[in-house]
Amino acid sequence: MRKTVLYAALILLSALFIAPFYWTFMTAVKSTAELYRFPPVLWPSAWHWENFAAAWNKQPFGTYLSNSLIVVVLSTIGQLLSSSLVAFGFARFRFPGRDALFVLLLATMMIPWDVKMIPLYMEFNMLGWINTLKPLIVPAYFADAFFVFLLRQYIMTIPMEIDEAARMDGANSFDIYWRIHLPLVLPALVLVGTFHFMNAWNDYLGPLIFLNDQSKYTLTLGLSMFKGLHEIDVTSIAAITVILCLPPLALFFLAQRYIMDGAVGSSVKG
Amino acid sequence: MDMAAHAGPKVEVVRRKRANAGRHLAPFLFISPWILGFLFFTLGPLCFSLTMSFFDWPVVGERTFVGLDNYRSMFMEDPQFRESLWITVKFAAIYVPFNIVMSFLLALLLHHATFASGFFRTVFYLPSVISGVALVTIWSWIYSREYGLLNFMLSLVGIDGPNWLGDPNLALVAIIVASLWGLGGTMLILLTGLKAIPKELYEAATVSGVPGWAQMLFITLPMLGPMLIFTFITSIISAFQQLTIALLLTKGGPLGSTYFFAMYIYDNAFKYFDMGYAAAGSWVMFVIVLTLSLVVMRWSAAWVYYEGEVRPVDGDRDA
Repeated sequence: MRKTVLYAALILLSALFIAPFYWTFMTAVKSTAELYRFPPVLWPSAWHWENFAAAWNKQPFGTYLSNSLIVVVLSTIGQLLSSSLVAFGFARFRFPGRDALFVLLLATMMIPWDVKMIPLYMEFNMLGWINTLKPLIVPAYFADAFFVFLLRQYIMTIPMEIDEAARMDGANSFDIYWRIHLPLVLPALVLVGTFHFMNAWNDYLGPLIFLNDQSKYTLTLGLSMFKGLHEIDVTSIAAITVILCLPPLALFFLAQRYIMDGAVGSSVKG
Repeated sequence: MDMAAHAGPKVEVVRRKRANAGRHLAPFLFISPWILGFLFFTLGPLCFSLTMSFFDWPVVGERTFVGLDNYRSMFMEDPQFRESLWITVKFAAIYVPFNIVMSFLLALLLHHATFASGFFRTVFYLPSVISGVALVTIWSWIYSREYGLLNFMLSLVGIDGPNWLGDPNLALVAIIVASLWGLGGTMLILLTGLKAIPKELYEAATVSGVPGWAQMLFITLPMLGPMLIFTFITSIISAFQQLTIALLLTKGGPLGSTYFFAMYIYDNAFKYFDMGYAAAGSWVMFVIVLTLSLVVMRWSAAWVYYEGEVRPVDGDRDA
């Protein structure tokens, strides 16, 4: 009896969480006629897949896509390299001020982005980086506090004896980081890569503030422009929304195990 | 250092000294990306924005030192400051408790689900995966007056749905609901916290005849304490930073009813190009968020300490 109530609640709530996705997808493939029918059509009579291509061609979405990919790929590489280096440094060395620095690193997570937004804009403006993709890429090469924390927790679980054995064989610290730790913390790296990919892919404020030219826009900006320009073009907005959702969803399904386990791992240990 | 004292041949000493120097330098080389990033993308900007807040600082043209004038006129003369701050406080006061309570209830349900728990977990986490513009777009026609999903549902039970985003009394509620759709992350954190509570505690309690509500009150909630505090603080921070959803869904309207404090800062900086004034606003936000976080931590100190005694979490102190 208790179980029945439990599952009834879960199914009902799932429906609430899924319905908006379902609605968006159906809106994207409906014909214009069915779009405005009342009561709304929950299952379209014909599937208009061509809506996707039509929406895609209404703006230079090809350019937006390549901008998005440049930002996401380059910044993910930077994030993985820099955060893992720093995490290794904090996990495997004792040095004066280490604990104080680590607390400082954790404290930076509490600073609202708004506080940094304006000076960062000015800083990038002085560097001549406004209206380039650099502000969206370069900071990722300087490690993110949350990812450093996550990776450090993983590195801590690797026995110190492995490092010592490698050192006996003449490996230096960088060899140990590159050839031993990186392969061993691969699940955590997948997790960091996925999270960063999603953040970068979905980012709206960064591109909005740092980019001016339409030729530099990322997909999120393209979609938001759509909203302003063609508020009535519901089908196209829905189609682009579906396209925009696909990469994070695909990545989520591939990396699911790591995301769920990673949340368990880092929080239990943290 | 003492190694060199009893080292034999000269070559050996040199080699060891070099190795020693390397060992001292190595950790700093490894953490240098973060140190540089901290200087250039955190500490620098923080100092910069504090300095800016004492200036009349347009994007181009003369900047003049005005002392505390930005802060003074913000507090004394700017009704938008008070209004946007009040809207943000209202938002936070509703969003934060709902976010934590609903995440907690969902996590409890999932914790007790034995069948297909992976599926349900995924479903609840899914909206968090597609945050930002796509999420807002989806909500913009759930709330749409004519062809919206919500008003269609209401029409099924004979209710003529309101204009959610066009009604000053409803727009804020609509934004809160859209924000809560992304509670999957908080839910996951609390779920992992629940899973980490030793089962023996409940078994012992059940054997001693402790009723379910008392187990919840005296085992689950205290054991989950640190996680609840963590989600409490992160929820407050994200509530005060609320910008993207409102910017895209309502643009602050109708009648300024969803004009958040972050949007006020954003407009001052990038619409009116008054960087000094905007920087002052961002420092007001920083101080509020920091104060709230510290208050929460202080207030919670008692029960987190209790948790620390039960389950040591500093096993990694010696690395």
